[in-house]
Amino acid sequence: MGQGLHTVIPVAVDTKVPQAAVAPSRSKKRTSSVLLKIIMAVTGIMLILFLYLHMIGNLKIFFGEEAFDHYAHWLRTIATPLLPKTWFLWIQRGGLTVAVIAHIASAVILARRASAARPVKYVHRPKVQGSYAARTMRWGGVIVLLFVIFHILDLTTGTLNPVGDKAHPYANVVADFALDRWYVTLFYTLAIVAVGFHLRHGIFSAVRTLGQQTARGERIARASALVLSVVLVVGYLSVPFAVMTGLVD
Amino acid sequence: MDIQVRVWRQTDSSDKGRMVTYDVKDISPDASFLEMLDVLNEKLILDGDDPVAFDHDCREGICGACSMVIDGVAHGPERATTTCQLHMRHFKNGDVIDVEPWRAAAFPVIKDLVVDRSAFDRIIQAGGYITAPTGAAPEAHSTPVPKKDADLAFEAATCIGCGACVAACPNGSAMLFTAAKVAHLGLVPQGQPERDTRVLDMLQAQDDAGFGGCTNAGECTTVCPKGIPLTLIGRLNSDYRKALRNSNS
Repeated sequence: MGQGLHTVIPVAVDTKVPQAAVAPSRSKKRTSSVLLKIIMAVTGIMLILFLYLHMIGNLKIFFGEEAFDHYAHWLRTIATPLLPKTWFLWIQRGGLTVAVIAHIASAVILARRASAARPVKYVHRPKVQGSYAARTMRWGGVIVLLFVIFHILDLTTGTLNPVGDKAHPYANVVADFALDRWYVTLFYTLAIVAVGFHLRHGIFSAVRTLGQQTARGERIARASALVLSVVLVVGYLSVPFAVMTGLVD
Repeated sequence: MDIQVRVWRQTDSSDKGRMVTYDVKDISPDASFLEMLDVLNEKLILDGDDPVAFDHDCREGICGACSMVIDGVAHGPERATTTCQLHMRHFKNGDVIDVEPWRAAAFPVIKDLVVDRSAFDRIIQAGGYITAPTGAAPEAHSTPVPKKDADLAFEAATCIGCGACVAACPNGSAMLFTAAKVAHLGLVPQGQPERDTRVLDMLQAQDDAGFGGCTNAGECTTVCPKGIPLTLIGRLNSDYRKALRNSNS
């Protein structure tokens, strides 16, 4: 090199960690991320149970106006005369609301932690390997929440429904998915597909969060998540498409 | 072969950092990725520039020191391979290769590609040990271990703690690392006395270090140079739930 033997060549980095480089230690103990995920798994499973019962109820539309309206009115009389009329319905609504709030609150805490965990983004970052469903959990969840708000204003309170007659839910549904209200059907379809993707990763993820840990269990969890999601999407979408095609009118 | 590398240069933790492009000529296809960087650094030193700082030690894939994200993938394009074992023959003449450090709040950059991984040390200190009498090593066969458990414990113990799982995780989560450490000690009889406190304390240390939560995307296991299976995270979740139950009773 022609610089003589005594030239100091800086090949090694100072391995002493400068104090400023050490992440500041957090004085406050964080709520366990696994506990938050268990809350999400349990509330998620409660909501899936509700979605399945709701879907079975919806399918009564294929048995005609009388059967469907009778079912809808029955919802108000569940557990009577043990409980006064509509009490069970309100207890169930309360339970669902608590589950939704706990699910979203945990998701928000975890999402904020995740974004804080990588303050500097990669310059070069290929698409994340995880499935489309896994990547869209957060935004998919937001779409579903917006839909639920719309859905309650549409078919529960009747505020946004062209008929909005609480005594005749069948008529409300048929009016809702009329061809000239194609945008409602489109939003409905989008939301249901979002639910399907959300559950495909959600069910698989919930099962692992609750402790599934074998390769065989993994395959079963993946397969059941897919089947349960597809059945749910088909079940829910059959109603608007039956109305649009005139199968139900 | 002649290539171009775009390397993350950052003088210290207070510097913002940037990608800098360098031409590297006449590289043997049999050179390892680190040897290619050595050649680049020799040239930089002779030119009077600051060499690129990167972590390395054994260069045979067992120490877990090397840590760079190559074209957006932790440890580069070859599966189950550390950066030091990645050879230039996997690249083409004329390629432009992006090299970045692990990016996580819990792994602050010290200089260029060197990050401070003492957050992993804190997780280990919290519970990555067993209580054992000191003195002469006991006879290895005095405590029988079922073959299945021994194999899984060994698989988990192959984790070299490099941090690629954190670098790849979309949430900057350290779950695969913590799960591997919790499993490898929790699967053998010697690790039973601390089994509950280990999982609670290590998870607390992990969450407090500023890592994100797991969303079961599976990026971690894809880049893991030792192929630590994702199912171990399910085992950690299950151990956590049992420990929580035991600590409340």
